[in-house]
Amino acid sequence: MTQISHQTLTLSAEGLVCRRGGRLIFEGVGFRLGNGEALALTGRNGAGKSSLIAMLCGRLRPEAGTIRLEGLGETPLTEAAHLVGHRDGLKSALTATENLRFAQDLLGGAAATPEQALEAVGLPHVGALPVGYLSAGQRRRVALARLLVAARPLWLLDEPAAALDVNAQKMLVGLMQAHLAAGGAILAATHGPLGIDAARELRIGP
Amino acid sequence: MRRAFLAVLRRDLALAARAGGGGELALVFFLTVVVLIPFALGPDLNLLSRIGPAILWLGALLSTLIGLDRLFQADEEDGSLELMRASPLPLELAVFAKGVTHWLTTGLPLALAAPLLGLLVALPAEAILPLVASLIVGTPALSFIGASAAALTASLRRGGLILPVIVAPLTVPVLIFGVSAVDAARGGPLPAGTPLLILAAITLCAIVVGCIAAAAALRQSE
Repeated sequence: MTQISHQTLTLSAEGLVCRRGGRLIFEGVGFRLGNGEALALTGRNGAGKSSLIAMLCGRLRPEAGTIRLEGLGETPLTEAAHLVGHRDGLKSALTATENLRFAQDLLGGAAATPEQALEAVGLPHVGALPVGYLSAGQRRRVALARLLVAARPLWLLDEPAAALDVNAQKMLVGLMQAHLAAGGAILAATHGPLGIDAARELRIGP
Repeated sequence: MRRAFLAVLRRDLALAARAGGGGELALVFFLTVVVLIPFALGPDLNLLSRIGPAILWLGALLSTLIGLDRLFQADEEDGSLELMRASPLPLELAVFAKGVTHWLTTGLPLALAAPLLGLLVALPAEAILPLVASLIVGTPALSFIGASAAALTASLRRGGLILPVIVAPLTVPVLIFGVSAVDAARGGPLPAGTPLLILAAITLCAIVVGCIAAAAALRQSE
C-alpha cells in the first residue's frame, strides 16, 4: 500500500466546557496533539467522550473553550479529520466496494483503492456483498477501511475496537501504528487499552 | 469537487434503484389519489374534465410529500451525513445533488405518468401536453422546497408527520401557477406561456433558496 507522509500539524484544545440539555457534562478539558501522537480518551460511560469528538467534528458547539488546528493553512478541522463513530456511515443496500468508493470520491485525497483497503482490514472477499449482509464486526471493519481510502492526517475514532474480534483488534493496532509512523495523529475514545505504547491518556470526568 | 458531486448523485440513484427510494411508492399513491377522486365526485364528466388538471396537480403534490422525510433522515441515522459534512464539497451542492435525484426518481415519473392518469379524469386531449409541461417545470420546486423542510426535520424521530405541515403552505404558488398554466393552454383569459414562465421562475428560486436553507439547517450544530 502507498505510504503517505502527513504535513506538520497541531491540534489543541483548551478549557472546553460541554453542556447538553442544561446538564454539565465536562469542563476544563484540554489537550495537545501533534504529528505521530496518539491520545486515548477514557472515562466512564456518559463522561462525554463522544461529545468531545462531536465537538471536534463541529457537530456540537462548546459552551466555552477553544479548539485550534495549526499547520494546515486554510483547511478546516472537518476536512482534515476522519471520523469513525458509532454510526458507521455505510449504506446497507450498497456493496462494501461501492460504499468505500463513495467515501473516497466524497472525501477526496485518494490513497488506497477500495479493494486494497478491504484487503488491509482482512475482508478481501466481501467487496461485492451488500453491507447489510455483513456482521457487526465486519461492518465495523469496512468502516475502518474508510480511513485508508482517503488520506487525512487526523483520525477521530469513537470506540474503534467495538465488535471487533481479537485478530481484527490486532489489525486495527497495525493500521494505527502505520498511520502514526506516517506522521498522522489519532484521538480515540476507548474503554480497553488502545494497544499503542506511546499513547497518552486523557481522562474525562472523575 | 465535481467528483464528489457526481458521487452523491450516483449513490442516491443506485439506492433509489435498489432499495426502493420511495419513487415507486409515490407513483402508486398518485394513482390512488387520482382514482379515488372521481368516485367521490360522481359520474359528471364535464365537472371532472374541468377540475382534472387541479386533481392531477394536487395528486402530484401529495405524492411528492411521500418519502420526502427520508431524504436526509436516512443519511442522518446511518452517519452518511457526517461524511458529507466532512467533505470539501459544500453542503449546498450536496443538497442540490440529492434534490436532483429526488426529482429524477419522484417528480419526473409523476409528470410522465400524468397523461395516463389524465384519462381517468376525462382530461381533454389539448390539455395533456400543457399538463406534462407544467408538471415537469413545477415539480422540481416541490422537491427543493421539500428538501429544506426535510433538512429541518432530519434529526426528529417523527419528522415525517410534521414535514407535510411545513411544506404544504409553501407550495401554494406552485399549485396556483401549475394549474393555471394548464387552464391557460385550454383557452383561459391568460396567454398560454405566461403562467408557465412564472412557474419556471418559482422553480429556479426554490432550487436556490432550498439548497441554501437546507444546507444551513444541516450545518446547524447543537
